[in-house]
Amino acid sequence: MSELRRTPLFDLHRSLGARMVPFGGFEMPVQYEGIKAEHGAVRERAGLFDVSHMGQIHLEGPEAVASAERLVTCPVASLRPGRVRYGVLCNESGGSVDDVTVYRMAEDRLFLCVNASNIDKDRAWIEGHALPGVGVDDRSETTGLIALQGPRSPEVLASLAEADVAGLKFFRFVETQVAGSPALISRSGYTGSDGYEIYLEADRTADLFQALLDAGRDAGIAPVGLGARDTLRLEAALPLYGHELDDETSPLEAGLQRFVKLDAGGFLGAEALAQQAANGVGKQLVGFELSERGVARADHPLLDASGSPVGRVTSGAPSPTLGTCIGLGYVPPALAAEGAELGVEIRGRRVSARVVATPFYRRPRG
Amino acid sequence: MADTEIPGDLRYSREDEWARLEDGRVFVGVTDYAQQQLGDVVFVELPEVGTAFDQGAPFGVIESVKAVSDLYAPISGTVTEVNDELVERPELVNESCYQNGWMLALEPSDPAQLDALLEADAYTQYVEDRKDD
Repeated sequence: MSELRRTPLFDLHRSLGARMVPFGGFEMPVQYEGIKAEHGAVRERAGLFDVSHMGQIHLEGPEAVASAERLVTCPVASLRPGRVRYGVLCNESGGSVDDVTVYRMAEDRLFLCVNASNIDKDRAWIEGHALPGVGVDDRSETTGLIALQGPRSPEVLASLAEADVAGLKFFRFVETQVAGSPALISRSGYTGSDGYEIYLEADRTADLFQALLDAGRDAGIAPVGLGARDTLRLEAALPLYGHELDDETSPLEAGLQRFVKLDAGGFLGAEALAQQAANGVGKQLVGFELSERGVARADHPLLDASGSPVGRVTSGAPSPTLGTCIGLGYVPPALAAEGAELGVEIRGRRVSARVVATPFYRRPRG
Repeated sequence: MADTEIPGDLRYSREDEWARLEDGRVFVGVTDYAQQQLGDVVFVELPEVGTAFDQGAPFGVIESVKAVSDLYAPISGTVTEVNDELVERPELVNESCYQNGWMLALEPSDPAQLDALLEADAYTQYVEDRKDD
């Protein structure tokens, strides 16, 4: 096994009492106080995440935008500087190389924020498919990333940021100073709650993390580990690469059609996806809720009403907000309708479940 | 990490279960170290009364938000009682692992096995050794 890497916040996590686990090739905090408490902090107050393990791959040059149009499923040319879009890097058969967010920095500059476990794969894929003359620069090692999530995030960040971050709209970003460090702040996240993602120089990340913890004390801020990050994103039904998405699974199967420019085409995998859209997909991602006690976990078989295996669970956990056990998994399209009766085979036992609408959790709009 | 409570009057297995002899029956649960490692417990699956287990055999399952772990019989015996309250309130394992969070009672088939389990001092050392990792 290769050496685990550490983010610039490793020592701070240890001093905050975090339990560290391997994730995506990095040694990351899975929890500090406890998953339920951290989950609640994000839903009700504010939570602070180290997501510096994620990668940032920059494209620069006159053909940077055209290259990105070819690489990702979402439109990029229409994305104005200062805005973010979510999309998928597809291979020629429509499978997902990675799911990414695209940041349009300027007319001829943008970057993709990619999953930690895919940084090397993505860089090779992008270098192999970008148009000639485009500069591809992997800045993952020198870039730190902190996510501040939860309803009280705007007031906490506003106390440290020069720009008007409280007025920043969803999926837009601003380059400004935060606690004396230059940073790029986007109104976005991976929890289903309001919040921000803050990119800055790696060696300034620990100082900002501490400054945000201090500034958020009255708001009840808490450091949050990967455990609660997973239950939060699951409640919001946001896909996790390696679970809902992989090289063999298309964004259409994963229910991500609104992030795919099927009409425009012209991107890698477009033909395969157009065919899937025309002929129908073979499997469909659904959200389900257990009707009995138990916890569905990734790779548990999903069963139809007669008990025959029809698919598998990709993610599952007790939902701290809802109090029920929820999950995501793939089933044949005929069983994907809301209300469809399913079963989950948990250690040889059949536990009944039914398909429910996603996201499981939607934040209250103020 | 928070301090770990290890009562002096119990015996311990290397699977982080405790055992307490009470009127000829042996009560079993998981230790404070185990519940700290597991985090928030959300589900406990226990056997039927009357089931017999050999020492070291899995008798149930404990799930936290993130992890699933087997529970192992610290000694051989037959289940005489299970803590049904854990079905409704699995969090008792976190709140009171040595009292209200007990899991089952066994009629031991070989009471001498109990004496062979770790005493509190030895178990404390076993926990400390792993904390240093």
